[in-house]
Amino acid sequence: MIEIRQVSKHFGRFEVLKSVSLTCEAGQCIALIGPNGCGKTTLIKSILGMVLPSSGSIYFQGKDIARDFMYRHHIGYMPQKGRYPDNMTIGQVIDMIKDIRSSDDTLDEQLITDFGLDEILDKRMRTLSGGTTQKVSASLAFLFNPQVLILDEPTAGLDPLAAEILKDKIIAENKRGKLIFITSHLLSELDDLVTHVVMMQEGEIRFNMPTALLKEQTGTNSLARAITHVLKQDHVQ
Amino acid sequence: MFNKIQRFIVLDILKNRVVLAYTLLLAVLSWSVFSLEDDSNKGVLTLLNIVLLTTPLVSIIFTTIYLYNSAEFIELLLSQPIRRSKIWTGLFLGLFFSLALSFIIGAGIPILLFVPGHVALILLVMGVLITAVFVALGFLCGIMSRDKARGIGISILLWLFFALLFDGLVLFLLFQFSDYPIEKAMVGVAALNPIDLARIFIILQLDVSAMLGYTGAIFKDFFGTGVGTAIGFALLCLWVILPYLLSRRMFIRKDL
Repeated sequence: MIEIRQVSKHFGRFEVLKSVSLTCEAGQCIALIGPNGCGKTTLIKSILGMVLPSSGSIYFQGKDIARDFMYRHHIGYMPQKGRYPDNMTIGQVIDMIKDIRSSDDTLDEQLITDFGLDEILDKRMRTLSGGTTQKVSASLAFLFNPQVLILDEPTAGLDPLAAEILKDKIIAENKRGKLIFITSHLLSELDDLVTHVVMMQEGEIRFNMPTALLKEQTGTNSLARAITHVLKQDHVQ
Repeated sequence: MFNKIQRFIVLDILKNRVVLAYTLLLAVLSWSVFSLEDDSNKGVLTLLNIVLLTTPLVSIIFTTIYLYNSAEFIELLLSQPIRRSKIWTGLFLGLFFSLALSFIIGAGIPILLFVPGHVALILLVMGVLITAVFVALGFLCGIMSRDKARGIGISILLWLFFALLFDGLVLFLLFQFSDYPIEKAMVGVAALNPIDLARIFIILQLDVSAMLGYTGAIFKDFFGTGVGTAIGFALLCLWVILPYLLSRRMFIRKDL
């Protein structure tokens, strides 16, 4: 569904992505993990067309995304840190995105009601707490029933109850055959969500394999332990 | 034209405290100027100097700060199926409409009430055009640097240059070359500063252009004619279009 072919990106002399190739299919739930500054966000932003690769190309359903923007109809994005115009209300933000998308698809307003946002639609964005702003971002990402969901640190800042609601939603959408990207540092949170793990290090993909296989190879039963196992092996070498 | 992004931006900005204060300030200044001054010509001149100082300042700095504060919001818009150029146009129109509206409400109403005839109209048009010029320059400042402090610094410098330093430079040149016939060249130099262009436009509408001396006569000769007016107007529009197009080009190629 999404094919990344030898994408490189450098900011000045600093190489953030070094010839990264990755293929993702519908129905996968991919955890993108790695240390800070390893290029996770740059990779995500390249898929969204926010960062323009220095070389290489990205294909969405077989079509090159360079100079295209219509493919983003099929993507829902939840940023790490959402910030919206101060004086807009929650309702206005939602209306604006609806207006921009002008999609005829049936809207998925489940998160809006589950998070209780429908009761505070006329609250201004300026007055919202960080967690509530995250809830708005999450609701917007899922609103248009996109085939691909890109979630950058989705549960950071959410209270446990809201995080659980969001996780259930991610699992449900994944079961319906959607491709989901998650970046997170909380490995234990990812355990029951992801089907594949992509680990990045210094702008390169260190490994990319199904979760089950990773656990089997490392002889562990949780994602967190499996990753620590791999990192320790590196250390010994 | 009035839909999508710009409509929501206008809704957001019109509730902004800074913009409300700006509208109020313009209103207080213009009402008091016209109430104190019996001669409407003198009133226009006083107001002109106030407007040509405050409007560029508020327009350029507010625009730059708004752009920096909207960085994450612009990212969210970029993740939507919409062209980059459309996002930039929407932001520009939103900022321009709301700042122009506060100028028209703040200064426009008293101007229309107290100033007779076509002078009022020209004063209004110039105010709106100057707003557009400095919103466009603000867009340029906002895209040039990733660093907020530097971007705002550039915008303050630009305002300082056009509002104050430029005139000093012109005076310096005038004295240095006072032995030469440089009056015609001054027309060309004036085109390099949008604030001066607007000032000349309005002064020529009043019967005080004689105060500008021989240079004033040359200005009257040039900008007083139909062709001159059209050229001056076109120059001001260029001051909007060029910075805006340049900033848009940079935005389309930028990594966010």
